[in-house]
Amino acid sequence: MALLEIRDVTVRYGGHVALREVTLGVEAGRVTGLIGPNGAGKTTLFNVLTGLLTPGAGRVLLDGEDVTRLAPYRRARRGMARTFQILELFGQLTALENVALATRLRRRTAAGERPDPGALLERVGLSAFADRRADTLPTGLGRRLELARALAVRPRVLLLDEPASGQDPDETAAFADLLGELADEGLAILLVEHDMTLVMRVCAHLYVLDFGTLMAEGDPASVRADPRVREAYLGTSTGTDPGTGTAGAGTLAR
Amino acid sequence: MHEFLVFTISGLTTAGIYAISASGLTLTYVTTGVFNIAHGATGMLAAFTYWQLAVAWGWPVPLALLFCVLVAAPLFGLLLERVVMRRLAGAPESTRLVVTVAVLVVLVSAAQWLWDPSTFRRTQGLFAGRGFEAGGILVPYNDVVVLGVAAAVAGGLWLLLHVSRAGVAMRARVDDPSLAILNGARPATSARLAWMIGTSLAALAGILIAPKLTMSAIPLTLLIVNAYAAAVIGRLRSLPMTFAGALVVGLAADYAIGYVPKISYGQQYLRGVLPVIPVLVLLVALLVLRASRLRGKPALAIREITPTPTWAGTGVFAAAVAFGAVIAATTLAKADLYSSTALWGLAIVGLSMVPLVGYAGRISLCQLSFAGIGAAVVSHAGGGSNPAALLAAAAVAAIVGAVVSLPALRLSGIYLALLTGAFAVALDNWIFQLPAFTVLGDQFALFTNGTLSVERFAVGPLDTTSDRAFFLTGAALFLAAVAVVVAVRRGELGQRLIAVKESPAAAATLGMNVRLTTLAVFTLSAALAGLGGGVYASAVRSTTPDAFSFFTGLTLLLIVVVAGVSSIGSGLAAGLLLGTAAVGSATGDDSARVTATVVGLAALALAANPNGLIPSVLRPAYEPVRRSPAVLAGSVGAITALWVLTLVDAVAPNVLPLGVLLVAVAAPLVARPLAGRAAATAGTEPAGRDEGLSGPLEWLGFDAPVGRADLDAIDARLALDTARLDTGPHLASGKTVGEARVGAA
Repeated sequence: MALLEIRDVTVRYGGHVALREVTLGVEAGRVTGLIGPNGAGKTTLFNVLTGLLTPGAGRVLLDGEDVTRLAPYRRARRGMARTFQILELFGQLTALENVALATRLRRRTAAGERPDPGALLERVGLSAFADRRADTLPTGLGRRLELARALAVRPRVLLLDEPASGQDPDETAAFADLLGELADEGLAILLVEHDMTLVMRVCAHLYVLDFGTLMAEGDPASVRADPRVREAYLGTSTGTDPGTGTAGAGTLAR
Repeated sequence: MHEFLVFTISGLTTAGIYAISASGLTLTYVTTGVFNIAHGATGMLAAFTYWQLAVAWGWPVPLALLFCVLVAAPLFGLLLERVVMRRLAGAPESTRLVVTVAVLVVLVSAAQWLWDPSTFRRTQGLFAGRGFEAGGILVPYNDVVVLGVAAAVAGGLWLLLHVSRAGVAMRARVDDPSLAILNGARPATSARLAWMIGTSLAALAGILIAPKLTMSAIPLTLLIVNAYAAAVIGRLRSLPMTFAGALVVGLAADYAIGYVPKISYGQQYLRGVLPVIPVLVLLVALLVLRASRLRGKPALAIREITPTPTWAGTGVFAAAVAFGAVIAATTLAKADLYSSTALWGLAIVGLSMVPLVGYAGRISLCQLSFAGIGAAVVSHAGGGSNPAALLAAAAVAAIVGAVVSLPALRLSGIYLALLTGAFAVALDNWIFQLPAFTVLGDQFALFTNGTLSVERFAVGPLDTTSDRAFFLTGAALFLAAVAVVVAVRRGELGQRLIAVKESPAAAATLGMNVRLTTLAVFTLSAALAGLGGGVYASAVRSTTPDAFSFFTGLTLLLIVVVAGVSSIGSGLAAGLLLGTAAVGSATGDDSARVTATVVGLAALALAANPNGLIPSVLRPAYEPVRRSPAVLAGSVGAITALWVLTLVDAVAPNVLPLGVLLVAVAAPLVARPLAGRAAATAGTEPAGRDEGLSGPLEWLGFDAPVGRADLDAIDARLALDTARLDTGPHLASGKTVGEARVGAA
């Protein structure tokens, strides 16, 4: 059973339907991908999941419990954490303080010890920047700091909004390894990402969102082979074998 | 029935005027993102201008009216936009609010300079009160015209926003300024138009409402509260709902004028309720508003400087304050010392804003009102002779603060500011003026017959009844409050507050209860303000509600913000500026007016530098002094010598202040070159931007090829190399990547 589920979620902004009856599930121990063109409703979906936005219709279930009406902080305390597409660091605090504050925000009653902030920074490769003010970090490092901060609340579900943007290919590769490790540790990870190489490499399951509707889902290979997905998002590649994984970066724009 | 109709007609007229004012407020807010607290003050200035033209200079009424509304007001709006508001783009919301508060203070002060408040003036309604009979009721032409004008404003605004190109551009700007630019709109034009129309509407409302009130700067300015009650009902967005809101506020106000005097019970308590009806409407509106969405980090053009205070730095500050307090207490003349004892209480009130406004980024306009509550508590709890009364003052203010902030916690920061403003006005106009009442058989009067008398406390050997003893006690209490604020900032709460200010959305999704944190800081700062009020009241011994008025509170807020609201020294600045002048006579007193004007003008400059003077000017200037033991010892020695000479009457009393001033100016001048030389000889140049490079960064590669060491230094700076997630397999490629990056840059 999926650890995090949404069922028939609809969100309207005035007359514009941002999400239409979307249903999806995120299972523990693997990375689930969510792809789709800009404006497809991916970030809106994240906001619904984390409680920053209340859907017009539909339900959000965390471990079988209905959390649709729950405030964001209550969901976080039940084990949900996220990163943001546009960085939302606590800029006046140092990198270490950002993580340390997050470790203390999870209630003491939560099982287990508090994670060590220093170790978390180490894990994302930011030890050298522990005492730097967060707003002086370049975007790529800021994304890693957001990841460390999200891990600091010891989540069961991790929602990552375009974590690879602003990172170079080497960094992205290392990042993919880290995601794999986290999934192996039992985390349920939902990844929104435009870097198709990363998505194809780490995701065990993919959802494709277009204009607020879920148009395809399945394992990465079958999604990539789906002609509708190629039409809407990946682009119809000319002269490239769609099976080789080259349908990526260059053909993102529609 | 007849009576009901009369009140309905006058209520509708009032509603029409509020609608005009509120729609102007909403228009500028949605178009420019600036909530103009000075909107009412603009109307007040227009009313005075109109009085000057139509009454003093005898211009024909239509000419004066049209000149004010269609010529003077738009020009003034244009000036406001050009000189002040334009620079607010990209400033934090708290800065935007404070700058409009500064505009308010400057306009009120200007009006009081130009039109002496002690002269009685009034303007007449249009058509000199004539009207026509309808169903046995006299309907004044004035009211008919006002309603017609309100309807025309509503229709005009609808046409502007939905039909005209300029209006469509204005609405587009609200949704997304950068997108509007991409689509060919000129946001600067929209903003200018919004300020011109907004100011005209404010002027129109001010002129029309003036006959219903006395021509006095503060009441006319406070009409802003009525307008924003209406605007809040319109969720600061919807013009039709704003008009509906104005209808509610206007009718409620006039029915209250008509019917409240008929209530047979408790008349003496209800008299003051009339001016605060809109405040009550605002409260109800806030309670029924849907919770705001949690927002992420605003994109700011300015990086805020808020260094975490260290205990060592705080120690230096405390030592300096204590030294200064002892010198002042021993050398000031009796009268001067008495009038300066007020300094510490106000300094604590100023300090109370640091956690709330500085750390958490929430504006409160009612800190001085909490101080008033604290003063009343100290006066009633044993007449102040028991120091526990000060704790009671803090506790009661904290409870009131928590209750006041509750309705606004669900809502975004601007609503909290509006609510606190409304609360301050309600307290100022109603609660503080209440006559004695009986609670559970105890006679209780907040401000007994308009004045509070307070004794200074004495416990055992500590007797603070003399001015000198109380002055020193006040300094000690201030330093205790400083310690509390520093401890908060350095502890977990301080980090939570910064997090709430930086990104409420991120804080919430990490598991922080943002409302609870906001409630905590609001309560803490109310408690500090209450304590400050108690200390203030004990210092001056007898005080009136005027000392805690809304307007004085705004001046206090401005001083703190100008000084630097994240710095603990800003509280002291507020105390020095307000507490050593006679605050008791804030209304009309020249020195207070000078303070208000100067501070207001200084606060207008905040748009360019919201960090304030202490972190951006004072601290950098005095940092070398702190680091140079010779200069520090010399300065302290010189002042101590002067002090001793003054004590033994070897020099005239006024030599000491001059000497202190001289040392304060000379020390940084001497210390700066000294500190620079010391750093150079020791070879430990402070880590600057060229550290580790063979030359200045911008000249690198001009005279000699860029060396390996330079590249490594730049890579390290740009975090290209050291920060790899996984240094193992990628280390080999790291250097070439670094090189390529620098080359490309």
